[in-house]
Amino acid sequence: MIGLEQLTKVYGHGADATVVLDHLDFRVEAGEIYAVVGPSGAGKSTLAACVNLLERPTSGSVVVNGDVLSDLSEAQLQVARRRIGTIFQSDGLFARRTAAQNVALPLQYLGVTPGETRRRVAELLDRVGLADRAGHYPHQLSGGQRQRVGIARALALKPTVLLSDEATSGLDPQSTDAIVSLLKELRDDLGLSILFITHEMDTVLQVADSVARLDHGHIVESGRIVDLLQSPESDLGRALRPWRAHTEPETGESAWQLAYAAKSVPTDWITQLAARLGAPVSLLGASIETVNGATVGHATVGLPPIDPQRVVAAADELGLAAQQVSSGIADLERVA
Amino acid sequence: MSALGGFGVLANQTVPLGEIPALVLPALGETLIMVGITMAIVVIVGIPLGSIIFNLAPGGLFENRSLHTVLSWVISIGRSLPFLILMAAIIPFTRLITGTNIGIPAAVVPMSIAGIAFFTRIVENSLRSIPPSYARVAKASGASNLQVIRTAQLNEAVPSIIGGLTINTIAMIEYSAIAGTIGAGGIGYVAVTYGYQRFDNTVMGVTIVILVATVAAVQLIGDRLVRFTTPQLRTSSSSSSSSRLKTAVQA
Ligand SMILES: Nc1ncnc2c1ncn2[C@@H]1O[C@H](COP(=O)(O)OP(=O)(O)OP(=O)(O)O)[C@@H](O)[C@H]1O
Ligand SMILES: [Mg+2]
Repeated sequence: MIGLEQLTKVYGHGADATVVLDHLDFRVEAGEIYAVVGPSGAGKSTLAACVNLLERPTSGSVVVNGDVLSDLSEAQLQVARRRIGTIFQSDGLFARRTAAQNVALPLQYLGVTPGETRRRVAELLDRVGLADRAGHYPHQLSGGQRQRVGIARALALKPTVLLSDEATSGLDPQSTDAIVSLLKELRDDLGLSILFITHEMDTVLQVADSVARLDHGHIVESGRIVDLLQSPESDLGRALRPWRAHTEPETGESAWQLAYAAKSVPTDWITQLAARLGAPVSLLGASIETVNGATVGHATVGLPPIDPQRVVAAADELGLAAQQVSSGIADLERVA
Repeated sequence: MSALGGFGVLANQTVPLGEIPALVLPALGETLIMVGITMAIVVIVGIPLGSIIFNLAPGGLFENRSLHTVLSWVISIGRSLPFLILMAAIIPFTRLITGTNIGIPAAVVPMSIAGIAFFTRIVENSLRSIPPSYARVAKASGASNLQVIRTAQLNEAVPSIIGGLTINTIAMIEYSAIAGTIGAGGIGYVAVTYGYQRFDNTVMGVTIVILVATVAAVQLIGDRLVRFTTPQLRTSSSSSSSSRLKTAVQA
């Protein structure tokens, strides 16, 4: 479990002090993957550095598994950091050490015997699917492989909390998929709390249970992914699943956006909607998928002129939030 | 010194060709001993000192501005004195430590001081070229400050430090020749007493060839060690330990 209470970080003093994190509050439960997104310079890496106490918070506290890390002395911190695995932006592997030697480092720091270290390193490399690359140096590995070595190293001391700062940034989709499924597997098997920092919305959708958007040191919006996706007024939900371009409606028809806003939207909602309105429903575009077991998404449909209030009411009964896009001319650029 | 005992009486005479090896080889041995002992001291003191000064600097593990400034000044003073002047200036100190102001022991003291000042800067500079993210990675993995210095700073800087050590060793060979002028023995002493004071061009020529060859050998060994300690330069595509060994041997 990771908890932040009123976490504030200020760099610099006096006139040129910048508040990078401003009274942040959130909790990541055991077995939860919590994503933090935000534009460059939002303070994401600073947040990560505050959670493993590489940077001391200016005020507020960081709680990991019930221990208030921000109260610990430097010597106590060295011990406490061992319970937090960190995966770094751009892997952070040591160039003069092989994959196995990199993974072994945290164990060496702890003073684990060489035999036990060898056994554990083999197990960890196997876990991330790189058993056959143990003797390779970082420059002999692909970006995705390097990142997986970084994950193995982060797991070396059996942490209960994993901190990942841009672990998938700059990787191709296949490598990203491999890392994402590895992280989910680790969460399921080991009950890890994972703080997953990224600026890639697609990855958030794949990996996270909850998400917070950080901007200028504030959390501007946060919640469970499914809830955000099912609430049409959520900016973060829209950013996670942007509206794509759709076909223009026939002349005389108008375009409507329907967003899944409830857990149980019937799969034959197009037929049902047509029946309720007594009018044909033409499908102009749709993007629907399952995220964490819930169906989410949205569709753009064309409807003949009908009283807008009737459409909204009929859609609402089916669990859809309806909104008219335009009367006649479809707004092709409506990509939030 | 000892090698020259038998030739002391032959003033104003050139050394016969056949006796040159007997004159020069022991002198070479003395030079190597002088430089070897000096470099051992330089490395033992310079590596910790360089690591300390690097980590006292802003952004270091135990940042301390005033301590850094003081230490930095001390080293700069050591660096800025020409070796001949340093050697003369610290004669009382050398005497205190070695009980003499001639011979190899007396040369090793000023050479070590000059060498430590030089090498400390080389270590500091090598550590600066290591990405600071390494130290953060090590700390986040639960390393103590000493472990961070050993594994994330010095270890990663090894090729660069060896490169600097090569330059440093060559400078020390040069200093040993200067030390030779105050009677420390070695190639420098031979060059000065025979080549310079007695105009024996053959001996002069031989000492030059020997110095050039020694410097070239040191450079060659240094370059190979740098290659051997840099995985990118050592391994091409394969990484099994046997083929790595082969590459190292071939290199
Ligand atoms: N050591 C520091 N001293 C002063 N300011 C800093 C320091 N580290 C970061 N900052 C500032 O804090 C802000 C947040 O930086 P941070 O690295 O946390 O951003 P980020 O969200 O991780 O960005 P990115 O997506 O580009 O990695 C930036 O404006 C940066 O200039
Ligand atoms: Mg960052």
